[in-house]
Amino acid sequence: MRVAVVRFPGSNCDQDGLYSLRGIGIQADYVWQDDHSLKGFDAVWIPGGFSYGDYLRCGAMAARAPIMDEVKRFADEGRIVFGICNGFQVLCESGILPGALMGNLRQKFLCRYVHLDRVNTTSPFTQGVTKTLRIPIAHGEGRYVADKDTLKRLEGEGLVAFRYVAGPGETSEEEFNPNGSDNAIAGILNPKGNVLGMMPHPERSVSETLGSTDGLQILQALKLVGVA
Amino acid sequence: MSLATQPEVYTSMGLTTFEYELIVKLLGREPTYTELGMFSVMWSEHCGYKYSRPILSLFAKYKEAMEGDGLENAGVVDIGDGLGITMKVESHNHPSAVEPYQGAATGVGGIIRDILTMGARPIAGLNSLRFGPIEPDGKTDQVIIDRNKFLFEHVVQGIGGYGNCVGVPTVGGEVGFHPKYSGNPLVNAMCVGLLETSKITTAAASGVGNPVIYLGSSTGKDGIHGATFASDALDDNNQAKRPNVQIGDPFAEKQLIEATLEALETGAIVAIQDMGAAGLTCSTVEMASKGAVGMSINLDKVPMRERDMAAYELMLSESQERMLAVAHKGREGEVLEVFHRWGLNAVVIGEVTADGQVTVTRFGKVEAKVDPKLLTDHCPVYQGVEEEPDSFRKAAAFNPSNLPNVDPHQALLKLLGAPEITNKRWVYEQYDTQVQTQTIELPGDSDAAVLAPRGTKKGISVTIDGNERLTTQHPRRGGRLAVVEAARNVACSGAMPTAVTDGLNFGSPQNPVSFWQFAEAVRGIAEAAEAMGTPVISGNVSFYNHSDLGEIPPTPMIGMLGVIENAVDRLPIAPPAGSELYLVQVPSESDPHLGLGASAYAAVVCGVEDGYPANPSLKGEKALAEFLVEAAKRKLIVSAHDSSQGGPAVALAELALKTGGLNAELAGNNPTSALFGEIPGDVVIGATGNAEEIETLAKSKGLSVSHIGKASGSGLTIGVGGKSFKWNLSELKESYENALSKIMTPH
Repeated sequence: MRVAVVRFPGSNCDQDGLYSLRGIGIQADYVWQDDHSLKGFDAVWIPGGFSYGDYLRCGAMAARAPIMDEVKRFADEGRIVFGICNGFQVLCESGILPGALMGNLRQKFLCRYVHLDRVNTTSPFTQGVTKTLRIPIAHGEGRYVADKDTLKRLEGEGLVAFRYVAGPGETSEEEFNPNGSDNAIAGILNPKGNVLGMMPHPERSVSETLGSTDGLQILQALKLVGVA
Repeated sequence: MSLATQPEVYTSMGLTTFEYELIVKLLGREPTYTELGMFSVMWSEHCGYKYSRPILSLFAKYKEAMEGDGLENAGVVDIGDGLGITMKVESHNHPSAVEPYQGAATGVGGIIRDILTMGARPIAGLNSLRFGPIEPDGKTDQVIIDRNKFLFEHVVQGIGGYGNCVGVPTVGGEVGFHPKYSGNPLVNAMCVGLLETSKITTAAASGVGNPVIYLGSSTGKDGIHGATFASDALDDNNQAKRPNVQIGDPFAEKQLIEATLEALETGAIVAIQDMGAAGLTCSTVEMASKGAVGMSINLDKVPMRERDMAAYELMLSESQERMLAVAHKGREGEVLEVFHRWGLNAVVIGEVTADGQVTVTRFGKVEAKVDPKLLTDHCPVYQGVEEEPDSFRKAAAFNPSNLPNVDPHQALLKLLGAPEITNKRWVYEQYDTQVQTQTIELPGDSDAAVLAPRGTKKGISVTIDGNERLTTQHPRRGGRLAVVEAARNVACSGAMPTAVTDGLNFGSPQNPVSFWQFAEAVRGIAEAAEAMGTPVISGNVSFYNHSDLGEIPPTPMIGMLGVIENAVDRLPIAPPAGSELYLVQVPSESDPHLGLGASAYAAVVCGVEDGYPANPSLKGEKALAEFLVEAAKRKLIVSAHDSSQGGPAVALAELALKTGGLNAELAGNNPTSALFGEIPGDVVIGATGNAEEIETLAKSKGLSVSHIGKASGSGLTIGVGGKSFKWNLSELKESYENALSKIMTPH
């Protein structure tokens, strides 16, 4: 398994992704947005950050970068494509995943721990999850929205990967779903289950020293996937 | 008569007649308009330190650096493993008063480039902020309160907007409020960088014929005379100064960081400096002066946002996200290639010359030709006049027993809800505290932020602390206290205090009382830094912080770096429920004001700003830091939290909120003093055994330690002198957790 960590100008969670993968023995290397090939890679990681400064619309410019043709091919071929935070926004902007990420409910950037329950149980990303995960978010535009039909389809076909749920002491939805996402959706899958986009950062929860190892339950799943 | 010789022209640039005449004398002729502009910014307080220099020489390391050529190295702390830490504070007070979002954002951007220019990767940002009241206090007009809230909200957004995008975690900070900041808020940004000590860069240009390369964003007409603006008072015409405020582009800065670090790796760069205050002027002049060489600059080649820019505008623009480098002749292509790949400008605009002059041409005409040493080394230095105010002598007579009687139950709740003490979650949640995945103690979890940089087992602990209330009442002690408080905070995280950077925010140096405050505070900082073994390695002075509402309280801010031998040994503020609690104290002279002089209790609860803060024992604070570090390393203790604003009661309440319940018994027979007295050096530690070892270690360091209770039950119970005070968890929460978001969230 070798993972391509795609760097756009303004990606800033690129090294976090790279080191979190390498830390659990997964081979990972950077690929620049202008490259046209993902030859030699088995999976794609689209990191968080502010690609192109988020100046037009989060992820809109990056979604049109040369490398995205290859990312689409990977998605279609059933290979693993994992977009986190800004990476999720890029996947939505490129049409690989449905829906959009809008400004947080209170219109403020929020960095805090949230709690996630897996909803889908069969995808490579969710199958290894055994408990409610405590993982941080860090975004200004993480409110997942989609039209009614799409939401119905996502829910009906088991394509909601993770949902925000109440953590200890949290009572109101505003506390546990702080960006105000539709159906408290934190991450979604494509129909084949090989593409995951999620706002929370599992790569920030990979060691006791960092305060949580819960992200490993998602990242370890990548190890289970054979070379496509 | 040329434009430059007219008094109204040079005075509008901030120069006095004396200074103008000195310029004519040094040049042996009248300056050109462009030269005059260059002198005015280089001789501003912001760049020239003309009032602060004599006092700052009290900092031994500064003095060494100013006199020798070790300026770059002086700002780096070697932490072993071939790694070094560099850090600095920069003020952006005046721009933030006028345009809070951009003022704060560009403050963050500027300090990041200061760190980058050393060859370091910026790994953490902190900030220290001051505003006028954000809730009714019975004295301040609602219009002013609304304005203060607006400034607070947008400063925080600006810091987050820039820091989050540029990918440098904002890991810590502090916010204070006082009516005297209403007209002149304070925004000080601190940045911490990590570098390989073998790769520290220099700013000294060298090598005649070497190309001078302009790097980064284009130059526009923004921020012209920013440094002069920073060295002037704010008045009603603030809004007219909006064109003096720069606009930040964190996306460009992120590219600049990556491109600069990559270009430095090529080895093609001889010297590099950021274009900060005074832009092209400062970078060309300082690089030439430090290298004792000349430099010729063709301004026609500078990337411009507008074509019709004059030499004066190009030299004085403070457009952001720019650097200036000197490369080895023939290797400039390597630098250009890296920057172009990152989508940034990189243009050769001149070369290093042997004539010792900085020569600036525009449209083929020489617009400035000046010996750079005149600009950097001949700035006049003024000896300020110090005057101790009457109020200082009167405060000695403060009698704490004259404070009004307040029910301790209500007093604690009031303190916990006071904006300067209350939980700052509303602020720090707007900052990405974790990007780069090296932050291992987040805001609110430890007394200082702790990072575990990749490539070493060591941990880095950082904090920034200021204490205007204490410094107002007793500047000398205030300076000392700011240092020992910051040192204690990093020590409570398990780190040995190692070095200081300071942000010195004061009123006008021409006002003898303000200058006395400044000089006394600096003396206090210097004494404490010396005693603690934490040299002041860098800093910033911001004078002229006054508005039509008066001068700000004297506000020195201390950024402190601590090092933990093994990052995993760091300490949180609170122990697990069920742990035993001890109070460690530094033996010190007894305080006649019972820790209530200049205290948060007196100010917030009683509305009294009087008395002196207790004088810290510098020797004792050093021993305390050693105790905490050793106890953490030997795993004798599992948590540490110091008592500061609001005294032990506030510290214990903060712990109770973390552990769910806490019972403690405090010594003393004056409940107000025991609960709310701010005696420096009081630290609450948590342990799950090891009582004897803790006591032995404390004694060996000359400290006293007493078992005060246990983290158990529900809510907070504190016994003092036979009385018992109880608070339930929900009322503590209501005051401490929600106060700020209630004030700041529109309903």
